Amino acid sequence: MTKGLLHPTRRGLLMAGGAGLLTAALPGYVGAQAAPIKIGFQLHRTGIGAAYGRWYERTAQAALKLINDGGGIAGRPVEILFEDDATDPKRGSEVVDKLTQSDGCDVVMGTLFSHVVIGSAPRAGELKVPYLVCSEGYHVASGMLNRWTLQPGITDVRSQIQAMAPWISANLGKKVTMVFPDFAFGHDHRDFFTAKMAEMGGEVIAQIAIPPTEFGFIDSLEAVDTATPGLEFLEGTHFWEGHNRVKPADAGEHEAAYRAAVGVDDNGASVSDAADVSTYAHMFSTWETLFAIKAGMEAAGYQGPGDRQKFVEAMEAMTDLPYGIERPQGAKMFNGKTHQVFGTQNISQVQGGKLVRVHQTSMADGAYEDAVDYTTMSF
Amino acid sequence: MTGAGLKIWTLHLALIAVLFSAQYWLSPYHATNLARIMVLAVFAMGYNLAFGYTGLLSLGHALLLAAGMYAAGLPAQLWGWSAGPAMIAGIAGGGLIAAVLGLLALRTAGVSFMIVTLMFAQAGYLTLLYFAPVTGGDDGFAVAATSRTLLGFDLSTDAPRFLAALTIFAVGLGVSLALVRSPFGRTMVAIRENEERSRMLGYNPFTVKLAALTISGLYAGAAGAAYAILFGYVGASFATIQYSILPMLYVLMGGAGTTLGPFLGALVMFVLIEAATGITTAHQFIVGAALVALILFAPKGILGTVRERWLRWLP
Repeated sequence: MTKGLLHPTRRGLLMAGGAGLLTAALPGYVGAQAAPIKIGFQLHRTGIGAAYGRWYERTAQAALKLINDGGGIAGRPVEILFEDDATDPKRGSEVVDKLTQSDGCDVVMGTLFSHVVIGSAPRAGELKVPYLVCSEGYHVASGMLNRWTLQPGITDVRSQIQAMAPWISANLGKKVTMVFPDFAFGHDHRDFFTAKMAEMGGEVIAQIAIPPTEFGFIDSLEAVDTATPGLEFLEGTHFWEGHNRVKPADAGEHEAAYRAAVGVDDNGASVSDAADVSTYAHMFSTWETLFAIKAGMEAAGYQGPGDRQKFVEAMEAMTDLPYGIERPQGAKMFNGKTHQVFGTQNISQVQGGKLVRVHQTSMADGAYEDAVDYTTMSF
Repeated sequence: MTGAGLKIWTLHLALIAVLFSAQYWLSPYHATNLARIMVLAVFAMGYNLAFGYTGLLSLGHALLLAAGMYAAGLPAQLWGWSAGPAMIAGIAGGGLIAAVLGLLALRTAGVSFMIVTLMFAQAGYLTLLYFAPVTGGDDGFAVAATSRTLLGFDLSTDAPRFLAALTIFAVGLGVSLALVRSPFGRTMVAIRENEERSRMLGYNPFTVKLAALTISGLYAGAAGAAYAILFGYVGASFATIQYSILPMLYVLMGGAGTTLGPFLGALVMFVLIEAATGITTAHQFIVGAALVALILFAPKGILGTVRERWLRWLP
């Protein structure tokens, strides 16, 4: 009886495992180029972050082209090596290792999902390699990580909430039901927003958690056309947008060039496929992080891995980051002590099936007291 | 010791000697990966004792891995425990949860046992998420540097980490070998082959299976604790179904019911993924194709096939 259980099950499970891996795979080849400055990109190509990873890769490639067309970093060409981390912390740590020790990357960047960041940051600290994440999580500014981990390309969730809650309280109402992803970043939204609303005299009367594995929910966060038939109920709904998907009438002078570079039209969809809506609200973070790396390396006089510490110190010395093609989402302020950047946020409303910006916060709206001073930590 | 026994122990000690020397001839990158593989192999060795030798096909070992990881990581996080006590707590945590799991799940057998273990593992994963303020939920937490030291050695640095992983692996391998060659090990195999006949001969299958599962849990706990301390991260993703499937794949690839199969399987799978990612983004396709080829041409796994065809003395 036991033998009968062992043999068929082993075979069946191996078959199922093999077939599953076969069908999960996507074709394509990773190229390798020789270049003086190598940037490792920890990419969510597979796993629950894949919808973001696809656009993060495109955006980073576009920024890379612009940097190289403009003479690279301190006159040296730049190469990005993308490595799939399967949106998994264990693999993420191995990817940091591989990009740094095997591929010889100067820095590692690009990670979105917070659990991958937290799983990978210790290894980045051990290897003493700058690790520039694009995850929005409060974990960088909270002091949980280390001196080698920085977030120079996107504002963290705590600041976003801090900036937007007053407008919500003043304009939409004081009693709120929260529907949020039942995942770490969703929990940050839940906790910070609930506390902020209470502070404003409002109240979160219900919290409804949606499993992130629920098909379509993650995608529906932003990579869905709001004019899709069946979504008419969204008319009048307000959305947070880090970067406005539909080009605002008063968009900055670099907006058109950025959209053209990343291959996105004025509605936020791919120029080659109007149904392929980008993760526009977040993906600017990889673009801006790459330009922050360029600025940091040039300020540090970066020559090679021996200058990694100088690079981190140069990043920590950054403060004002003005609007420009390097920062198409908007001007920002970098806090060297907390390793976190702060920018503006947008609140948009669905009007006629399109997202129209109705409010933009100031950088001051999202400010909060420092919880850590990484500059006092040793390297 | 008989001639066969000498040969067997010599082979296992030779492997440990080769692994010890590897830190001197491997690059730091590959040596770190080998440390990871040794920790994963400890997990797989434990799975092998339950599945390969006792016939307990569990789909819930992620629960035991996570039990060890959190039993080590939480005291380190909350009370600043150092690596030694944290490691002991992790091993105990894995064994304790396995014993409780066994008391409940071993009332079933076959497919029901698979489903019950899977459900307990899922319940464990959701429990970690539910108590997120303590466990860190999906995010998990990084283990503080002060908790990653043992007898003055910094386990976040290459050489001490490698030696710690090797020590845990060597102890695990030695215990595994001694166990399967002992009368108790023979009983485990007897129950795997024919539970009813074993019962008729006077053995209590429930007790033997419970003991085997608990020992398996001690291994999983050791692996989870070691991962937390050596690589500095504790997270709920280690409690997901993926980490119940992985040790099974390692064992099946290396050879179920062979003492060295779990290590070989973990090594081959790790190397396969590493090599495949350097060639194509479709790396999972390559791994899947390799597994399909394995069942077509070597359904008993690599060492299972070697034992069947050439080295019948392999334990």
